[in-house]
Amino acid sequence: MRIGVITFPGSLDDRDAQRAISLAGAEPVALWHGEHDLHGVDAIVLPGGFSYGDYLRCGAIASHSPIMAEVIDAANKGLPVLGICNGFQMLVEAHLLPGGLIRNDHGKFVRRDQVIRVENNTTAWTTDFSAGEEIVIPLKNGEGGYIASDETLKQLEGDGLVAFRYMGVNPNGSLNDIAGLTNARGNVVGLMPHPEHAVEAGFGPNTDFRMRSGVDGLKVFTSVLEGVLS
Amino acid sequence: MAHVADTVENAPATPEKEQPYAALGLKPDEYAKIREILGRRPTSGELAMYSVMWSEHCSYKSSKIYLRQFGQKVSPKMKEHLMVGMGENAGVVDIGEGWAVTFKVESHNHPSYIEPFQGAATGVGGIVRDIISMGARPVAVMDQLRFGAVENPDTARVVHGVVGGISFYGNCLGLPNIGGETYFDAVYQGNPLVNALAVGVLRHEDLHLANASGVGNKVVLFGARTGGDGIGGASILASDSFDKTGPTKRPAVQVGDPFAEKVLIECCLELYKNELVEGIQDLGAAGISCATSELASNGDGGMFVELDNVLLRDPTLTAEEILMSESQERMMAVVKPEKLDAFMAVVNKWDVETSVLGEVTDTGRLIIHHGGEEIVNVDPRTVAIDGPVYERPVAYPSWIDELNTKTAAVLPRATDGAGLKEQFLQLVASPNLADKSLITDQYDYYVMGNTALAFPDDAGMIRVDEESGLGFSIATDANGRYCQLDPYEGARLALAEAFRNVAVSGATPMAVTDCLNFGSPEDPEVMWQFSRAVEGLADACLEMEIPVTGGNVSFYNQTGTNAIHPTPVVGVLGVIDDVARRIPSSWQDEGQHIYLLGITREELDGSAWANTIHQHLGGRPPQVDLGREMELASLIRGASLESLIGSAHDLSDGGLAQALAESVIRFGIGARVWLDDIIDRDGIDATNALFSESTSRVLVSVPREDDVKFLGLCEARNYPVLRIGVTDGTGADAALEVQGQFTVSVAEVRERSAATLPKYFG
Repeated sequence: MRIGVITFPGSLDDRDAQRAISLAGAEPVALWHGEHDLHGVDAIVLPGGFSYGDYLRCGAIASHSPIMAEVIDAANKGLPVLGICNGFQMLVEAHLLPGGLIRNDHGKFVRRDQVIRVENNTTAWTTDFSAGEEIVIPLKNGEGGYIASDETLKQLEGDGLVAFRYMGVNPNGSLNDIAGLTNARGNVVGLMPHPEHAVEAGFGPNTDFRMRSGVDGLKVFTSVLEGVLS
Repeated sequence: MAHVADTVENAPATPEKEQPYAALGLKPDEYAKIREILGRRPTSGELAMYSVMWSEHCSYKSSKIYLRQFGQKVSPKMKEHLMVGMGENAGVVDIGEGWAVTFKVESHNHPSYIEPFQGAATGVGGIVRDIISMGARPVAVMDQLRFGAVENPDTARVVHGVVGGISFYGNCLGLPNIGGETYFDAVYQGNPLVNALAVGVLRHEDLHLANASGVGNKVVLFGARTGGDGIGGASILASDSFDKTGPTKRPAVQVGDPFAEKVLIECCLELYKNELVEGIQDLGAAGISCATSELASNGDGGMFVELDNVLLRDPTLTAEEILMSESQERMMAVVKPEKLDAFMAVVNKWDVETSVLGEVTDTGRLIIHHGGEEIVNVDPRTVAIDGPVYERPVAYPSWIDELNTKTAAVLPRATDGAGLKEQFLQLVASPNLADKSLITDQYDYYVMGNTALAFPDDAGMIRVDEESGLGFSIATDANGRYCQLDPYEGARLALAEAFRNVAVSGATPMAVTDCLNFGSPEDPEVMWQFSRAVEGLADACLEMEIPVTGGNVSFYNQTGTNAIHPTPVVGVLGVIDDVARRIPSSWQDEGQHIYLLGITREELDGSAWANTIHQHLGGRPPQVDLGREMELASLIRGASLESLIGSAHDLSDGGLAQALAESVIRFGIGARVWLDDIIDRDGIDATNALFSESTSRVLVSVPREDDVKFLGLCEARNYPVLRIGVTDGTGADAALEVQGQFTVSVAEVRERSAATLPKYFG
């Protein structure tokens, strides 16, 4: 099982995503934004960061990178694609997921250990979770406020396309507390929190039991592993 | 400034030409010295170079004679792990397993007052480039911040700008921000301190030094284009006091682009990996003037530069402005001609703009052409190394004896438990001790996935080797109030506290960096403070056998005659064989025994208690026994190796009271504590037991089953230890009970701590 992680100029969490893939038991493959080659990977992660310095709009320029033509094509054919934070913003800019992400309602960058609920455990990236499972995943963004038209929101909720929802605190003013989405097919998932930062005890979020012991994010990567293998 | 080329050829013919040396920050005798060196008047380009390189900020002309102590007061042990010492862009320390760490703290005080957001942002950018230029990958940043009084309306402007700038730049660079300091005091009102620290890691063989060697090698400028920002920043901003009536100095502040810097980091690391650079230097203060003269001085001694090849953001810039510009995100490399194509392939991959400016020569001269004419022809050492050195007048402060007699011991104390509780909560809620989440929640400490400890832990800790778990720990400290009472002791106290903070994380302290923030060196009393602080720090480093590897001096933190408290920020770096062994700074379990290591004395002078409860500063700072601190560090390390301790928290500002408050707030686990044994053994009262700031003390929690072993360890090392309580209670019932004095719910402690910063800056 080989999972590609695309590095764009300004990607920051690309190595973290690679580490998470390794810890989940798959082989990470470093992909470069300027190429037109997915190197035959079985799934793709668009990592977090500030691609192109967030110029124009977050993720907007990266969504037009050469490799994104192949990503969009592969996603439409069913290849599992995960967008984390800036990667989620790219998926939205590339119209693989609906809506948009805007400046946090309080105007500041925020980093916190965030409780989210798994609303849909049938996507390629969530099958290892139980439905309604509450997990703790680090969140860190300046522009994570999810917006969409009333009509889109209604459709997302009605079709069960909200993959993750913020619990307790809505950290950025996202409509309907939406933290992450899936497409109808379930292969494309985007979320603002960073599951790749909750994969290794000692370096993850705090839990009720121990400092930095949270590894809830690992299941995102093991889910896709099992899906592809089966 | 001349816009018609002022050439080397013309200069001797026009000796009487009036030159704006004073406006560029040079004194008449310095200008005369330049004429003497050159045997003629300088060209306007040369004058620009000398003015920025001879500025206080770049030349250390007032501090040099004192800083030499850091190189002189060294023992063989201090050199053992030192790969690069003072004088390079940053010091480098061998941490074992083939790994090295480079780290440095630097000031960006003056720009951050004028334009807080960009000033602070570019402060991060500048120190990170120092780290890259050593051949290292930057892996962490920290900031040491001092602001004016919370209630002053201008403080919010500076706080929001500075924190926003650090958040914007550091987060976008993808570097975890793992700690730092935030203090508020009216003495910093017109002179906030914004110090930035960065740490990088490298394999031993990847070490790069800033020198231009190899005649014929190309001198290449790459990164952002050169613009009109930051011109004269070093000579004008950082080298003179603010004058309230003066014109706005905003154009002298640089503007940062973290995306450009992030790309530059990755580009440089790929250049290093492919062995494509011979020498490298970042462009910071004094821009091209600094990079060319320093590279040439440290190499074969000569360099030829074609200034027309500099890529410009603004084509109207004059040669002098190009030489002085402090535009950010630029690097200068020395590249072998046969490797130039490969070099260009890498910079092109990263879309980094690059131009070849010239080459290394053996002429011993730095020669710069512009518009086909020679505008600079100097010995680069006279610019970069042999600048003026001053022995400024020093005077014992007229006020200090009186200040030292005003002890806090005579201040009224609480007479009962209710009074102590009220003071405890006042301290918890005081701006300097209160929860700093409002600030730190804006910093990413997750990125890179190697952060083992970060704020509010006593030290930040980063894993360096993912296989072995090898890592480093780092903490910085400075108590300006102690330094105002006694700068010699204050500097020693800063080192002791940073050393202790690293030790309680489980690491072994190894090396020191410092950022010495002071008022005007032209004030003899400030110069006395500076000389005493440097002496104190150098003596203390020798005693603890831990070398200073580099740092920075920031003078002129003064408005009119009001200087800041002397604020020597001391950073200590430690190494830990496996970060899995790290010690949390707060307890996470109920039923652990709480121990106080060390002796508590009647020491309230300069304390947070005196400041918060009585708005008092006077007397003598706490005694510091560095030998004791080393014993304590060794004890903690021993206990950590045997996994005997659940948590360890340094006692400093606010004493035992604040350590207890932070320990219960962190994971919501309460405690029952008794003071009687401390009071009996140490012969003090409850106020001192709670609020004294005696040194060499640590609060430790120990699982019951390890009790005997832990006490045995303390006894074997003859270190004073007292059991003072037990961790107890979670959830809504959790409380801190100080037996016989007061009980307060953890929820209330947390609420009081958390409410302060949002009240002023929410």
